[in-house]
Amino acid sequence: MTAGNLIIAAILMTALSGIPALFLRNRTLGQNLATAILVLGSLIGLAGAITTLGSGRTEIYGIAWSLPFGPCEIGVDPLGAIFLLVVFAISGCCAVYATGYWPAADNPATVHRITFFFGLLTAAMALLVTARNGVLFLMAWEVMALSCYFLLSTEDEKADVREAATLYLITTHLGTLSLFAMFSLLQGAAGSFLFPPAGSLNAATPLATGIFVTALLGFGLKAGLMPLHIWLPSAHANAPSHISAFMSGVLIKMGIYGLVRSLSLFHNIPLWWGITVLVIGIISGVAGVAFAIGQHDLKRLLAYHSIENIGIIAMGIGVALIGQAVGNTILILLGMAGALLHVLNHATFKALLFLAAGAVIHATGTREIDLMGGLARRMPYTAAFFLVGAVAICGLPPLNGFVSEFLIYVGLFSGILGEGGTAVAFLALSAPALALIGGLAVACFIKVYGVAFLGVPRAEEAAHGHEAVRVMLAPMALLATICMGIGIFPRMMAGPLAGAVHSWQPAVGMTGPALTAAAPLGWITIMGLVQICLAGGVAAHFIGRLKAEPVSAGVTWGCGYLRPTPRMQYTASSFAELLVKTFAGILHPHVTSPAMKEPLPGPARFASHVPETMLEHVFMPVLRLANDRLAQLRRLQHGQLHLYILYTFVTLVVLLIWAY
Amino acid sequence: MTDIVVHLLLIILMPPLLLGIIARTKAVFAGRTGAPYLQPYYDILRLLRKGSVFSGTTTWVFRAGPVVTLAAIATAALLIPLGNHPAPLAFTGDMILFAYLFGLARFFTMAAALDTGSSFEGMGAAREATFSCLAEPTLFFALVVLARLTGSLSLTNMLTRAAAGNWLGTGAAMLLLTGGLFIILLAENCRIPFDDPNTHLELTMVHEVMVLDHSGPAFGYILYGAALKLFVLGAFFIQVALPFKTGVSPVDWVVFIGTMILLAIVIGVVESIMARLKLIRIPQMLVAATILSAFAMLLMLR
Repeated sequence: MTAGNLIIAAILMTALSGIPALFLRNRTLGQNLATAILVLGSLIGLAGAITTLGSGRTEIYGIAWSLPFGPCEIGVDPLGAIFLLVVFAISGCCAVYATGYWPAADNPATVHRITFFFGLLTAAMALLVTARNGVLFLMAWEVMALSCYFLLSTEDEKADVREAATLYLITTHLGTLSLFAMFSLLQGAAGSFLFPPAGSLNAATPLATGIFVTALLGFGLKAGLMPLHIWLPSAHANAPSHISAFMSGVLIKMGIYGLVRSLSLFHNIPLWWGITVLVIGIISGVAGVAFAIGQHDLKRLLAYHSIENIGIIAMGIGVALIGQAVGNTILILLGMAGALLHVLNHATFKALLFLAAGAVIHATGTREIDLMGGLARRMPYTAAFFLVGAVAICGLPPLNGFVSEFLIYVGLFSGILGEGGTAVAFLALSAPALALIGGLAVACFIKVYGVAFLGVPRAEEAAHGHEAVRVMLAPMALLATICMGIGIFPRMMAGPLAGAVHSWQPAVGMTGPALTAAAPLGWITIMGLVQICLAGGVAAHFIGRLKAEPVSAGVTWGCGYLRPTPRMQYTASSFAELLVKTFAGILHPHVTSPAMKEPLPGPARFASHVPETMLEHVFMPVLRLANDRLAQLRRLQHGQLHLYILYTFVTLVVLLIWAY
Repeated sequence: MTDIVVHLLLIILMPPLLLGIIARTKAVFAGRTGAPYLQPYYDILRLLRKGSVFSGTTTWVFRAGPVVTLAAIATAALLIPLGNHPAPLAFTGDMILFAYLFGLARFFTMAAALDTGSSFEGMGAAREATFSCLAEPTLFFALVVLARLTGSLSLTNMLTRAAAGNWLGTGAAMLLLTGGLFIILLAENCRIPFDDPNTHLELTMVHEVMVLDHSGPAFGYILYGAALKLFVLGAFFIQVALPFKTGVSPVDWVVFIGTMILLAIVIGVVESIMARLKLIRIPQMLVAATILSAFAMLLMLR
């Protein structure tokens, strides 16, 4: 079996995995069957992706189709294989988790719908990554967008969910519109809907600029780059948790894939492309994490961190593009390898965090962090896995988040040493910006972890949480192991990453040793082991001392106050207050605080909330204005299907006449 | 080989001495005799022999906090060159690991603080989180300047090549950088004017309030870790501010130890003659430090 065959088999299996469940009366059997087929398909797909990464070969297959869009091809190359790895690994984990999180016995009305669309979504993403024809790509893109819509709207009896799903549907179609334009322009530049070979198009033409801008808009919307992220927080927060994990881990990466693939077609890339992507990345990174700090809904908070991490990935891509513009291959190698590794890393730790968050929500029945507390006592495994995810997402050593940020940092610093005024200035500003993102991420995750898992329960609900079932813990354990594995032994990723960068930019010969020479991944292993040994040594000493000397239990020091209550603990909002104040200029927090005038004020309420400012203060006013001004046009939009069909017919006739 | 042994001995033995010198300097300014120079060693050794009290609300995170924190800072101590001598471990990009190890240390200190469920410790953690975010970019601006100045991507080369000659060539940039780094040195190590390690009022503390509930050996690790952090960041600072070198290894060790002692005296003097800043002024001061080092970077890129 070649890698391509494996991938095609995986696509077919995952696409069809949910179909038996649609017809089976026994919902539990249906769910188990669907999960089994999907996991099998994912394993086959993983085998294909790993084979491709191992061999570094590109396989192209022709598809015979009768559609009038020219020849159609699908292909597997190392660049795509990185994304296939993400798709199949996370899909399998989320599917297994779903059998515990969304069991058929409790959700007979929705379970077959969720398994069917989940399989379809996985297959659509895999097809998207292998598509080598613009039209096939768009078809897969649309299947992906729609099946995600149906998954997201699973609990459509809730108004919040309907609103989030509608917002998602509208924005995703705006993105698709931009992609229609992009692929039309690409067809104009390449002469066919088939993707031209990497590096074959000249980027210094107006047509190429058009392709770049439309790709950035269309793919940026899906990836959630600021300020195109407006759909992302509510969609991630309102979907079932394993769907959120899949969306955050994989769906938004398809936007990154599209951007990376379309950029790979060009050579002679102007400097401003790289600077634009780099600056958008910085904005997404800083603003994403700043918004995250203000959140007190666990899943919304994680969603904003997706925007932050997409920003970091975009920074890596920006570094690679700048490397192309100034002719510095080290920058291309480190920037792109960092971005691709961060795609993989973010998929693992963010999926891990969402799955752990799902277990918490399952146990406590709320997404509100301020009501939680002390969960580490009742959910020790979930708490430990969440901690791994939190340390990894903050980019702290020795976990995987550090490795990809390390590659991007070394790329930035290598660029700073080079010549070339403008590029150097932007790269030099990016390193402190990335450090700021890292610092803010630490602040945000210590807030979530401390408030939700540590301390004592703040409300009755959280006090009765229970540990997640094994089938939910197993995928988390697997993902946590991957986080640690890549974090301590990053060298195993050097070959695959270099291969992927090579297929992104074949003009530069890339090998695994070239990557490890540019950024010493072996040293990261040594340092990780040093860290673990030192921690082990101190821990052994500590345990020895604890055994030798008396240990007693007490109460937390409350400065002499005799009646402390759990409500006196620091909450997520109070923890974040200083930082939210610092960033008030971009966050526009809503604060209702009581005015205390008398010496002995009565009971009062305080509330603070950071809204989706971009949506509320920028998009909605513009759209409202448009809605008012364009009221006349809306007469065309009356909801009568036969007239819509007539519109299509008339348009076709007009186009036919125009074509002659 | 000798250099590595000396390096290890210094990072193990010297840090508490800095605390002793700072305390003694402050005592002299206040007209007191003060505790002996070696008092911090006695404190740490006694704590290591004591029993522990753990609050009933805490979990394993509380116990892991001081351990991970100390291990992270000790790892960073292996990456920093001392004086004119290369660090025991050096590689391309080690400065990034260096900076992020402090992030890891902070993460676990704050996690242990929040594990107690005390509002005071939550308050301390929130302040620490905020201030350290604002301090982070300054360090990276400094690293950018040093990388550009020395043309290298490893702490050992960056700091050992930052010779006194740099001050003649790019004095303005170095002066700005020194100012920014000194502010960060004081802020990161919780010294006056940012935080007062000797304060006894929980409401005003930053670092000390986070470790209120630790006792016995764990508190000993915390004290030693804090001293080590001061030592490591101090070594970073003096190699930028006072890059005196002779090229003769034993002499360079003596120069290094001498400048570190000088630094401790300077910190003691600053603590004696300055009052604490109001809490809301601290972020402004940290942003000012960032801007100083950003200016230094602009001068370097020019």
